[in-house]
Amino acid sequence: MEPVRLIKVAHQFELDGRPLSVLDSIDLAVGPGEFVALWGPSGCGKTTLLRLIAGLERPRAGRIVVGEREISSPDPSRILVFQDPTLYPWRTVRQNAALGLEARGLLRSQSYRIDNALRQVGLDGFDNAYPHQLSGGMAQRTALARALVNEPSVMLLDEPLANLDSLTRIEMQAELSDLWHRERFTTFLVTHDVDEALYLAGRILVLSCRPARILEEIAIDLPYPRHRGSAEFAALRQRVLAGVGLQVRW
Amino acid sequence: MRALTQRIAAAQDRAAGPAGRLPWQRLWRSDAWVVTSWVAMAALTAFWSDAGEVGATGLLAACMAIVGAAALGVTIANLFFNLPTAVLGGSRLVALALVLGLWELVTAKLDLLPRPFFATPQSLIEVYVDDWQRLGECTLRSLMLLVTGYVVGAALGFISGVAIGWSRAIGYWVHPVLRFIGPLPATAWLPLAFFAFPSSWSAGVFLIALATGFPVTVLTWSGVASVTPAYYDVARTLGASPAFLILKVAIPAAMPSVFVGLFMGLGGSFAVLVVAEMMGVKAGLGWYLNWAQGWAAYPNMYAALILMALMCSGLITLLFFLRDRLLSWQRGLLRW
Repeated sequence: MEPVRLIKVAHQFELDGRPLSVLDSIDLAVGPGEFVALWGPSGCGKTTLLRLIAGLERPRAGRIVVGEREISSPDPSRILVFQDPTLYPWRTVRQNAALGLEARGLLRSQSYRIDNALRQVGLDGFDNAYPHQLSGGMAQRTALARALVNEPSVMLLDEPLANLDSLTRIEMQAELSDLWHRERFTTFLVTHDVDEALYLAGRILVLSCRPARILEEIAIDLPYPRHRGSAEFAALRQRVLAGVGLQVRW
Repeated sequence: MRALTQRIAAAQDRAAGPAGRLPWQRLWRSDAWVVTSWVAMAALTAFWSDAGEVGATGLLAACMAIVGAAALGVTIANLFFNLPTAVLGGSRLVALALVLGLWELVTAKLDLLPRPFFATPQSLIEVYVDDWQRLGECTLRSLMLLVTGYVVGAALGFISGVAIGWSRAIGYWVHPVLRFIGPLPATAWLPLAFFAFPSSWSAGVFLIALATGFPVTVLTWSGVASVTPAYYDVARTLGASPAFLILKVAIPAAMPSVFVGLFMGLGGSFAVLVVAEMMGVKAGLGWYLNWAQGWAAYPNMYAALILMALMCSGLITLLFFLRDRLLSWQRGLLRW
């Protein structure tokens, strides 16, 4: 596993013919196996940052480097998990999870990886269910399994739990934490939920609104498993919220 | 308290239904009506004297009696095998018998409708008995022509639809042609087609393919073009090649729309088939219709029409069956 580095990354979109700056000079180095949360208001370019790291888009300026190689295209070693599970409705849970292996012609030789991934997310036994038969949590678990099958070294999580009900979200935050401890993939988690960031991440980057810049970097050195009710947790929450001036309102 | 027990007992009785009773108590009224109506219509046909020469009356009565006897057999079997519902499903079969009886009455028995135009039921039966060879051959010819043209048109339409939906360059060149030529009814090509093609059969295939191809192309194209971009993002991050994106993402996602196109194309192909057979192709049900009309053989016309209806409805059913198999993952699918 190699570190991921962003060097003066900037990006903009065209909106009605005028350039709209979304990212402004982001400098960031994330070590192998680190869990980083990108926290900030909605619509501030966090998703764009993940798409750039995934290689789905090229940045307008700056470089994104894994080890020594610059990212130029998507690669199954870096998997993006979306807010919406985006499962293919015509495929069963198992066939959805198998997508990465199938795309690379590994289905025959490595199908045991599908069983492993489905077991990791607690979906064994649901192999033949179709997406429309799944609850929101199960659908997102399938999306996680689809990512895990590729044994990625970098996981890019774009608010993966935002659409779930609060109970399922708490449950899946714990599962995600366990998963990361087992697999130790480098993780970028985009979220606007302070508690989620504090519960999971080793480091929180507070982003400003468009164009996004890193306002503050907060290291979370609480031991795992964490508890949302602890005094240290509450103090850190205040500190993160202070980054966007919400410490009083909360 | 006693009133309550009585009510519970009554409810249990209703819930148990006829199943818990003796065989003769389990007779379903709707089944009995089916048997009665068919036997009655058979009797009406057999014993009411015809108004002149109207066709194979005895055969018609026998057919009706056979239906009635079959219904009786099912009803009796039902009495002993304790089936939970009326198996014959009643009303529609009764209505069919009554409509048939009414038709028989106003044509063959009372002669109320002008006879050559309004054929009697027994004259249709006579046509099927006497002319089954020619009718069978015509049906086969029609099917061959239709299936050939439809498969060619659907395949080409599907391929071009995927190409237009996928590639902006292909779309740029094909789109104007499609917009200009596509809406033209395939039958407008008729004179040109019979002139340009070496045989009337190949001209027919061309016309049917044209009628099928346009809706299939447009709906495949629209299906491919409206695939959620996120589906491609998912596949690309997983290492998918462009071929994988087309074959395993774009095409399956477009299938519901493709089937709408196939359905519309099938309807269009029926219309063109009949016109092509009436205008130039020297065989098939359309040709038979025209030929029968030329001889003022109205019963033959009706007989061919019924066959044609069975053929078209059968093909649509087959298409829906295929769709239900292929798109079983869809929720809330319309059942044909």
